[in-house]
Formats: sequence, structure tokens, C-alpha cells
Amino acid sequence: MSEVNDNRKKTTYREAVREAIREAMKKDERVFLMGEDVGRYGGCFAVSKGLLQEYGPDRIRDTPLSESTFTGAGIGSALGGMRPIVEIMTVNFSLLALDQIVNTAATYYHMSGGAFNVPLVIRMATGGGKQLAAQHSHSLEGWYAHIPGIKVLTPATLEDARGMLWTALEDPDPVLIFENSLLYNMEGELDTDAGAVDIDKAKIMRTGRDVTILTYSLSLFKALEAADKLAEDGIEAEVVDLRTLRPLDNETIFRSVSKTHRAVIVDEGWRSGSISAEISARITENIFYELDVPVQRICGAEVPTPYAKHLEEAALPQVDTIVQTIQNLIHQKSYV
Amino acid sequence: MYEFRMPSLGADMKAAKLVEWKVKPGDKVNRGDIIAELETEKGDIDVEVFEDGVVDQLLVDPGNKLPVGTVLAIIKNGGEEIIHEVKPAMKKVEEEPVRKERPEISRPGYREQPIEKEHRVRASPLAKKVAADLGIDLKTVKGSGPNGAIEKADVVKAAEESKKEKIPKEVVFPEPERKATEERPFGMRQAIAAAMSRSNREIPHYYLQTEIDMSKPLKWLETENQKRGVKERLLPSVILMKAVAKALNDVPELNGYWQNDQLEIKDATHIGFAISLRQGGLIAPALHHVDMKNLDELMHDMLDLTMRTRSGKLRSSELTDGTITVTNLGDRGVETVYGVIYPPQVALIGFGKVTERPWAENGMLDVRRVLTATLSADHRATDGHRGALFLEALNRYLQDTENYE
Repeated sequence: MSEVNDNRKKTTYREAVREAIREAMKKDERVFLMGEDVGRYGGCFAVSKGLLQEYGPDRIRDTPLSESTFTGAGIGSALGGMRPIVEIMTVNFSLLALDQIVNTAATYYHMSGGAFNVPLVIRMATGGGKQLAAQHSHSLEGWYAHIPGIKVLTPATLEDARGMLWTALEDPDPVLIFENSLLYNMEGELDTDAGAVDIDKAKIMRTGRDVTILTYSLSLFKALEAADKLAEDGIEAEVVDLRTLRPLDNETIFRSVSKTHRAVIVDEGWRSGSISAEISARITENIFYELDVPVQRICGAEVPTPYAKHLEEAALPQVDTIVQTIQNLIHQKSYV
Repeated sequence: MYEFRMPSLGADMKAAKLVEWKVKPGDKVNRGDIIAELETEKGDIDVEVFEDGVVDQLLVDPGNKLPVGTVLAIIKNGGEEIIHEVKPAMKKVEEEPVRKERPEISRPGYREQPIEKEHRVRASPLAKKVAADLGIDLKTVKGSGPNGAIEKADVVKAAEESKKEKIPKEVVFPEPERKATEERPFGMRQAIAAAMSRSNREIPHYYLQTEIDMSKPLKWLETENQKRGVKERLLPSVILMKAVAKALNDVPELNGYWQNDQLEIKDATHIGFAISLRQGGLIAPALHHVDMKNLDELMHDMLDLTMRTRSGKLRSSELTDGTITVTNLGDRGVETVYGVIYPPQVALIGFGKVTERPWAENGMLDVRRVLTATLSADHRATDGHRGALFLEALNRYLQDTENYE
């Protein structure tokens, strides 16, 4: 009993990300962090608190309020042999750096005929639910998953928050890490020797025979809670954490859906042209004859995220919506 | 509304002659009913209709030779009474002006599309797949999903119920009708020539051969037949077919089609059964679902199929459904058959004559009744190892006839 506790420690998602940055700084002196308020303020979500004192202003660098500039500087230093971690406050602000990310970072290896790769990692917060309204609450990671040349990671668990960064830094190409800001305060236990994890496989977080819930990031925990409730009703849901949105792990998705013959995708992003649309399309393209019901999607409502608490809740996927959708699907009341 | 078109009854059929209509406008038809007789290289074929409905128009007169795909008739499957008074008027207004622009498109099918949609079977992709595998007609299945959609569980339930109801049918010998046309043997020769040339050109065949001791299964069959009346007796071919189906269950890669550069394994086991014709040539119509039928059902179906093949009374589905072929030349005194695969199938099983031979086993010499079984298989789809497993399984199941259903 005590032995188990000895190998586990209580931590939070925020501390796990900080620990991952600290490990990378220690292991590789080419690694440095830059972004708005990451130094003296300790990061707008307090992820980098204390790192300036530990590593000094050369490696923990505050930048001007210009996403395009410091993302571009990150690309330049990556080309110059460094291993930068660029932090962008939220995905909404990353749109100012879209040209750097999509036109430069993602294309450079290709445009240079393989001469220059860009080993850059960009971290940013995503997601709604904090009453920050329509310019700070969106989930645009699905957009980035559209772009060839970059990888898109969405760590949900403490293990992934702790382990994905190092693997991303080792990748020769640009990697974007999306951290749902509601997850930073999540508490849990982590192995004391937790370290790097793979970034190319989806993970089955709960096994079940009746329906597959495909999801990622914060929605994973809503899906797991929904699965608990469904189990009381005799419905065994399998929950898959996609973990990486680009490249998608087709194999795990297809294997699970081929087993349960029902697929439900939960995605905070807007429905039209979303990652959930992509997953649904792949399922029907590849394993159409395994489907016993139409693929269902539970997505964010197609409105700018509302400020009012009750409206914001209504606009985002919730546990009850997931439970109800799946009950309808299985008890044949109606499809959504 | 649904357009009944000239069906393709095999890879090499390009056209056929309409001999006669078996229905007239206003007749009610159910899926599987025979609605016309065609004259093809493979004989006169009774053609089944694919949907329930009412015959609306017959567009072609008997005696015409027509290419595959030609619309032959319009079947109304709206489920309602046909309103004869309205129809001709609509035809004049809508049909004629459009015909000038696009003469090849038949308008009724387009105009009535919404009605067809309402009445199509609502079944999930998985339910459709399972229904095809189990040989269940989705039209007979009651759906439990939204708006009556059929899901997998509904099909499985229907299959279980139909199995319970199944009673062995009485063997009926149809009246043989002699109706050999002069051009049939020549046309059939050409069709066989085309299929076999394609097979030899495209399929890298490999051949495996094994000797099977038939003493035990034949003894069992003889004992079994003693208990039966003359009409209920079983022929050795029946246990051979059954054993092939069982062995295919173990090595499914031999049961399917090579299409678009890949092997498509078929879940249903429809064994093409080569039948030679008195006027020359051969046809290998499919015995459907051999794996799911008991020996009595198989015997009945084989006799029925043979009689109808020889009298030129096959149904269209029997010509197109074969997933593998069995050829038995034992009756003709041949000991070993090296067959040519019928594309797009990927294997052919050959059986020779059962002969008495010296047989050594456990250091002892005995005289046994021995059958040579051969496998011709497509090397693109399988390797010799799988083929060998199949022949081994075939032998094992033949030694196990007392445990057949």
C-alpha cells in the first residue's frame, strides 16, 4: 500500500506541464520558453511560475504583444539550431500568428526541398467554460488539424500533460500542443518517474461493447462521466481519447467502432468542417459496413461563445447531452 | 418506380434475347418472382425481379436481342393503386419534351423517385451485410430502430426464427422441357472460351492434390441410405459439397472474388456446381448457402438445380452468385481433375473417380476406396500453405460425416 503511494505523487495538470518544461530545460540546453507574460508574471495561467528565477531571462523570455513576431522568432531560432517552446496565451490569439504557423512553419521543409526543417513547439490554451466570451473561448485545434506539415496534440490526462512535450521537442517538425484551460486546475496522481509518452496513438480509456465515444481534451472527462451514468442503464460505452488530432490514429478508431458498431464523437469545436466531421467521414469511408446506426456528433453550438453562464453551458457539449444522445441511439427513440 | 433492366448473368454476357414475358401490366410481383424468360448462351434463363411492386409497363417486345442494362420494364413499387386515368395525361405533358433532349433517360424513374425512396428498406449498413451473409431478405425483417429502421439485432432475430420454421421440402422433379435452340451450343462455346481464356491469361493458378480415403464416409452413406426410401437417398456428391463448405469455413480465403487487385472474401458460401449439358458445354450454377443447409436440403436443391440446368430453366441469381466452383468428373471415369478457375472466383475444387486402391496405414496394407481431390487456386489470393490447410480440412470433415446435421 505504502509502496504504491511512494511511487505516486499528487499533482495538477498545471504542475505537470511545468514539470515537463523544467525537464526539457534540464535535458537540453537548446530549449527555451518564450511568450507573453511567461517570465515575470509567471504565465497567464501560471504554468511557468518560478521558472524565470530558476533559469534566468535568457531561457524564459517575455515577448512583446505580437504573436506574429514572436512565433516568427521561434521559427527562426528553430532553424538556427535551437529548440524553442513558444507559448501563445489562447488559440484565439494564435490567429495573429496564423501566417507564421501555416505559411512558414508548416511549409518550410517542403519549400526548401528538405533542406530546412522547423523543430518548433507551440503551446497554447484552448476551450471555453470560463465566461471569457466570444474572443477567448474557442476550440480551433480542429482547424490546425487541417494543415499538412504540423502535428496537433491535445493532452487531456496528467500523463500526457507531463509526457507529450518532450516527445514533441524531439520531433523534427512543428508540433502544436493545445491545453484546455479548464484542465490546469485538475488534480490527480502521477508516477514520480513519469516521463515522455508517444504522440501518435489514441488510447482506450474505458472499454465497452455498445458504443464508442471518440473525444479528446476536456471532453474526455465529460465522456467518462457519461459512460459511468450509461453503465447504470446497462449501456457499456467505450471511451477513446484521441490524444493527437493530426495525424489521427485511424487504426484505434476503426478497431473500436468495428467492435461496438456505433460511434459518437464529442468535440467542443463547431460542427461544420470540424475534426468531428473528419472522423465521421473516415469512419463511413472505411468501415461503412460495420455501422449499425448513423455516426452521431456532439459539438459546440454554432454561435460565438456566449458570455452568460447558462448560455455558455448550453453552447458546449455536456455530460447530459452525451448520455441522452447515446440512450436515444440505443433505445431507438430517435436519432438526433 | 423502378426500372427493370437486362441483367448481367455472368462476366461474359453482353446481350440476351427476350423470349417471353411471364407477367403483364397490372400484375403484382414480389421480389424473387420470375417475370421473364431470356435466351442466353447458357440456355433459357428465368429472370427474377428484385423488388416488390406492380408491373406498370413492358417496354420491349419478345423476340428482341438486347444489350445488358437496357430498361425492359417499369415496376411501380409505390405501394398504392396505379391511377390509370392520370398516367397517360402526365406522360404527354412531361415525358415527351424531355425525351427530345435526353432520349436515353427514361423519365418515369426520375419523376417518381421520392416515392421509391419512401418505400425502400431502411436498414443499417451492418444489418445489410449481416442479412447478405445469413441469406435473409430484408423485406421480411421487422425493424426496431427509428421509423422502423432495421438493425443487426433485427436480422439476427429473423434468421433464428426462419431457421426454426424450416422444414425439409418435398423433392419435386420438374417436367423436363426440351427447348434446345440451334445457336445455343455455339454461343455457349464462345462464352466458355472467353471466360477460360481470361482465366488462363490473368490467373496464376497453382494446383494441389491429395488422396482421400472415402471408405468411412461411403460406408456411413450406405448405412444411412438403407434407412431411407428411394426418393430420400443421398448421393456421395452431397457429402462432398457439404465437406467443401465446412472446409471453406476454416479457410475462407478460397471463397470469394479477386476484384480490383484485391481479394474479397465472401461470407456466404454459394458453391458453383459444374453440370455438363447433353448438347455440349457446361454450366456451373450456384447452390446457395451450402454451409447452412442440411444434407436433405442439399440433396433436394442439387437435384432440382441439375434438372433445371439441363432443361434450361435456371434462375438468374443462380448464374451469378457462385463464390467457388466444384467439378466432379468421377462419373466420367476420370481419376484426377486439374480445373481452370472461373473468374472472378479464386478457387476450384476437382473430384475424380472413387477407385479401390492399396492403402498403407500404420504398417498394414488394406484395400480402400480412394478419391483424388484437387485444388486449383489463384496464387494472387492465396498461397500453397492455405491451400494445403483447405485440403487437410476437407479430408477431416469427410471422415466426420456422422456429425453432420
